[in-house]
Amino acid sequence: MDFRLTGDQRALQAGVRALLEGRFGRERLRAAVGKPGPGPNPPLDRALWRELGDAGFFALRLPAKDGGVGLGLPEAVLAFEEAGRALLPGPLVATHLAAGTLPGAATGESVVTWVDGELVEWLDAADCVLGPGNAAGAVPVRSVDPLTPLHRVPAGADGARAAPAPGAACRSEAAVAALLTAAEQLGSAARTTEAAVQYAGEREQFGRSIGAFQAVKQLCAQMLVRTEVTRSAVYGAAVTGDPVEIAGAKLLADDAAVRNARDCLQVHGGMGFTWEADVHLHLKRAWVRAERWPTAGEAADVLAGALL
Amino acid sequence: MDLTYTEEEQDFRARLREWLAAALPTLPPRPDPLDWPARRAYDTAWQRRLYDAGYAGLHWPADAGGRGATPTQHLIFLEETELAGAPYVGANFVGLLHAGPTIAAEGTPEQRARWLPPILSGDEVWCQGFSEPDAGSDLASLRTRAVRDGDTYIVTGSKIWTSHAEVADWCELLVRTEPVSAAVPRHRGITWLAMPMNAPGVTVRPLRTLTGTAEFAEMFLDEVRVPVANRVGDENDGWRVTMVTLFFERGTAFVGEVVACRRTLRALAAAARANGRWDDQELRRTLGRLNAEFTALWRLTQWNVSAAQRTGGAQGVPGNGGSVFKLRYSHARQELYDAAARVLGPGSLDLSHDWTPDRLSSLSYTIAAGTSQIQWNIVAERILGLPKGR
Repeated sequence: MDFRLTGDQRALQAGVRALLEGRFGRERLRAAVGKPGPGPNPPLDRALWRELGDAGFFALRLPAKDGGVGLGLPEAVLAFEEAGRALLPGPLVATHLAAGTLPGAATGESVVTWVDGELVEWLDAADCVLGPGNAAGAVPVRSVDPLTPLHRVPAGADGARAAPAPGAACRSEAAVAALLTAAEQLGSAARTTEAAVQYAGEREQFGRSIGAFQAVKQLCAQMLVRTEVTRSAVYGAAVTGDPVEIAGAKLLADDAAVRNARDCLQVHGGMGFTWEADVHLHLKRAWVRAERWPTAGEAADVLAGALL
Repeated sequence: MDLTYTEEEQDFRARLREWLAAALPTLPPRPDPLDWPARRAYDTAWQRRLYDAGYAGLHWPADAGGRGATPTQHLIFLEETELAGAPYVGANFVGLLHAGPTIAAEGTPEQRARWLPPILSGDEVWCQGFSEPDAGSDLASLRTRAVRDGDTYIVTGSKIWTSHAEVADWCELLVRTEPVSAAVPRHRGITWLAMPMNAPGVTVRPLRTLTGTAEFAEMFLDEVRVPVANRVGDENDGWRVTMVTLFFERGTAFVGEVVACRRTLRALAAAARANGRWDDQELRRTLGRLNAEFTALWRLTQWNVSAAQRTGGAQGVPGNGGSVFKLRYSHARQELYDAAARVLGPGSLDLSHDWTPDRLSSLSYTIAAGTSQIQWNIVAERILGLPKGR
């Protein structure tokens, strides 16, 4: 047993981080976010999408004979963790899942989204909509996350949340989607921890850095604990692929991403409440991801059922 | 990221299982928890069985009489013994996990030969005299004094939270050999002594806790004479000597407990199903969340053990990784037994149900071995690098 990352996995992690820092650094992020207020939905950056495709982000788990990278779930989790850190926008999980079945998805030529409940992400930008739900008649929503356009499926439509039945063909696909979402949440939780620690070390009040105050440093410590427990849960679920373990990883990752973003905001004080600080982007995206299947209640139901 | 066990590790597990299956049915009935001499006899007899079978001091280095097992083998040992319902380390805890490793690392050849074999065989029991009424989280402020008189130290002071003191043969004792002054910082001036518990001047008084039982004791030392030969390490170097034991922490400290908590959680679900409280969605989801929590804690254990394994097991995980685990686990354990109380309903007020005393004892987890508040400070300062301050 050696649960830690292999040398290749660490290299992959560093490679994806460098790629995203180069292609979607802070300036690109802030340019994409733009100014607050009503306006057209932000367009999906098709050139960036193709670059992600070229880098193998979508084809990561496809066998080499099918033009893929031939890696497994643990590697996909590491890549999506980096995407979560960088707040990379777009229907990444759906396009990644479609890579084996839908032409153009693996290369980033197509943009694919997913519908399995009330909300659909990136519907206008998508070339194709997959999933057990139905996006027909969906109406745009004023999305809380400036970088995730949302549509709402009308009530009573055939888009009702389909909790995957055991043995159903979509079951494993939904589980992988949940795991990759959890990985994004993990990346976000780690990033907001770093941001809080950095700010607590720099910001001075009462003649010393605020990180010297126990009330502040203990918030930061709690953020790290949440992150590291989540990391074990997400990596463990990636190795076993067990659907119950994946539900647990999603539950803990949603909690860590949302609570860490809130604590990060708190550590930043008034600055954290501004549009200019990035922390609200992490919080809003974490809220969006937490609404994806399984939500906290749905995950807890899966996990409770497994105890009997 | 690999969670599969090697052939060698699987073989180790299989042989251990076989041995446990044969050994456990021959154990005597468990003693009355209030009968300390009977508990000592039971715990040390089990240690003797482990010793005879070659499982004693699994994680100790081979040159100290141990097996030099890898952290992963130790994890398997603790997991399998808990799954099989084997006795806990009990009265042998301090000897096997603190005093023994300290002597192995810092003792002279004579000291190792004198003290280590009887710990491994269960012939001698140790207790720990570290905490004092005025030195808890701030252990370095301890005030029990030792004054040199020829080839003995004369020790006077008091200790608290000493478990198994009533039945111990030896005490690993931290004393102050030099008073704190401008020239002597708090962490200097402390010395590590092995004190015989039958020495004149040692008084042990049981300490009744909120659980109603006396798991701990207070110890009063009135001019107790301890030979200088019983000092491990140099005079005034006891703080460093003590910290050495921390490096024996290899991520395995709570393996058995996490296994036990996961079993308790399944028992809670079954009990809720049986008494109808399973229909309460909120309670059911609380149990579901705890399933996620303890699964993650098991993975974190494997993560920490893997880290220790990579450093060869000798160095261990820096106590910091252990802080992250302990913080989360101690709170999760309290949530588990709070959930147990909701499953039991009014029955949670009945002490005759196992989960009620377990709920009470879970209250100590966020305090013992460093309160959560101290652990958060450790994480913030040593892992995150935030400035020290108050």
